[in-house]
Amino acid sequence: MNLEILINFAYVVSAGLFIFGLKLLSHPSTARRGNLVSAVGMFVAVVVTLLDQQIISYHFILIGVLVGGLYGAWKAKSVQMTQMPEMVSLFNGFGGAASLLLGWATISSMSQQMLVNASNFVFITVLLTLLIGGVTFSGSVIAWGKLSGKLSSKALIFTGLRELSILHLVAMALVGYLFVTDPANNLWLYAIIAIGLSFGLWATISIGGADMPVVIALLNSYSGIAATAAGLAVGNTILIVTGLLVGASGLILTNIMCKAMNRSLMNVLLSGFSTPIEQGEVITGEIKVLSPQDAFYVLEAAQAVLVVPGYGMAVAQAQHAVRELHTLLEGNGCTVDYAIHAVAGRMPGHMNVLLAEADVPYDQLYEMDDVNPRMENYDVVIVIGANDVVNPAAKEMKGSPIYGMPVIEAYRAKTVFVLKRSANAGFAGVDNPLFFKDNTRMILGDAKDTINSLIREFGD
Amino acid sequence: MEIIYLLFIVLLAAFLGFELIRKVPATLHTPLMSGSNAISGITLVGALVASGSDSSLLTTILGTTAVALASINVIGGYLVTDRMLGMFKKKENS
Repeated sequence: MNLEILINFAYVVSAGLFIFGLKLLSHPSTARRGNLVSAVGMFVAVVVTLLDQQIISYHFILIGVLVGGLYGAWKAKSVQMTQMPEMVSLFNGFGGAASLLLGWATISSMSQQMLVNASNFVFITVLLTLLIGGVTFSGSVIAWGKLSGKLSSKALIFTGLRELSILHLVAMALVGYLFVTDPANNLWLYAIIAIGLSFGLWATISIGGADMPVVIALLNSYSGIAATAAGLAVGNTILIVTGLLVGASGLILTNIMCKAMNRSLMNVLLSGFSTPIEQGEVITGEIKVLSPQDAFYVLEAAQAVLVVPGYGMAVAQAQHAVRELHTLLEGNGCTVDYAIHAVAGRMPGHMNVLLAEADVPYDQLYEMDDVNPRMENYDVVIVIGANDVVNPAAKEMKGSPIYGMPVIEAYRAKTVFVLKRSANAGFAGVDNPLFFKDNTRMILGDAKDTINSLIREFGD
Repeated sequence: MEIIYLLFIVLLAAFLGFELIRKVPATLHTPLMSGSNAISGITLVGALVASGSDSSLLTTILGTTAVALASINVIGGYLVTDRMLGMFKKKENS
């Protein structure tokens, strides 16, 4: 009895440490300490749980922790910053799978007697754990496949997708009811797991690469909610509290991403980019191409430069070259700022991490709302591998699929350089009128090569 | 355990979570997510009991697998978050 009090007291302490750790995450200068505080909280929770008298053998625990810990440590050391979206996605999946298995283990550890006598509350929460855990796992694996290029990042759209989703939901309700009323029958257990996995698969496979920030954030949230459900099922308060912190975090990020695209969550989840693209107006004008040599002369004379990075910068691994150019420009008496749109890249904050990796100070990174009012002050805006987030069609063309999305208004600067592989439309299949503006110059080619030739020009 | 008591915890924790996370700046959203990965590895605590208790073979296998998966999240999540946060630097006033 005393031991149980001790364990629960330690859980209170570790919950406090998690909360304090998250609080420290509210500023970059204290964030690293916050992560450490949170890790101490986890350590306390794990160590004190090992005192639990139900645990009689440590062999399997040791094997599990060693195998998982070594793989996790290796992954954390070896992952490249451009691959963070894949890694977070994969880890979301592991979290979901762990909760799913825990829910299953809760049922399998019960004797027939207990299965009959236990309250419905236990089975309802186990049901939720199995469903949410299953959806999180299969959805994350698909998201991971799409982000890492193992699957096509295009949205797989077919007729009957909506009906298929509804079918899944009906099956969930039906089999869920059977499971709760007849938990001793393993058939319902397996059916529920299968439905959860299948639903996650279809729900994610129909979502395109550009919507991935929303999907990762949402799955992040689910992995926490699955832990909460598992906590309710096994009656463990630390799981409930901590799972909800993660759930809230994912939901807030999902909301930010949706707002940044001016779309509702339902719209992202159900329609992908399947909506027919109506071109409201035909864009007229011609694209003006500039050579890196000529671009250099403009940059040499510039007083204030704004860099707008996008997913293309990550693909081209151009962040270090950007940083080098940044140093040269500053040496030339020019100020360099960065504007980062909330949905730039493939996950929330993706660009910030890449630039941090390249030693760009975080106080030179600005959000869209900070730079838009003073856009006129910038002599040159350099758009690197971004397209939709600087597309003026969002403001000007009513028929455009991205109409209404808040964008970085690069076109209001004195000059805009667009670094791009070719003059084709962006991911959303939307033409970008920015390319045709009078003050826009396209510098075609690989972003990294282009920046490197600019750097060479500075050297000469 | 009392259901009402558990639901109280759910309500308060959800509210606290929203208030805390709202204050995290956009620049730290990726570390926030990888940190969340680590924290959601708290399932480890539940899995430890399932893995080490005297129960059926199936429960031990399920529990041990859950321990391994949750350990990946805990160890990998904290380490990679630390690695990332170590990169965030303020501008030096030279």
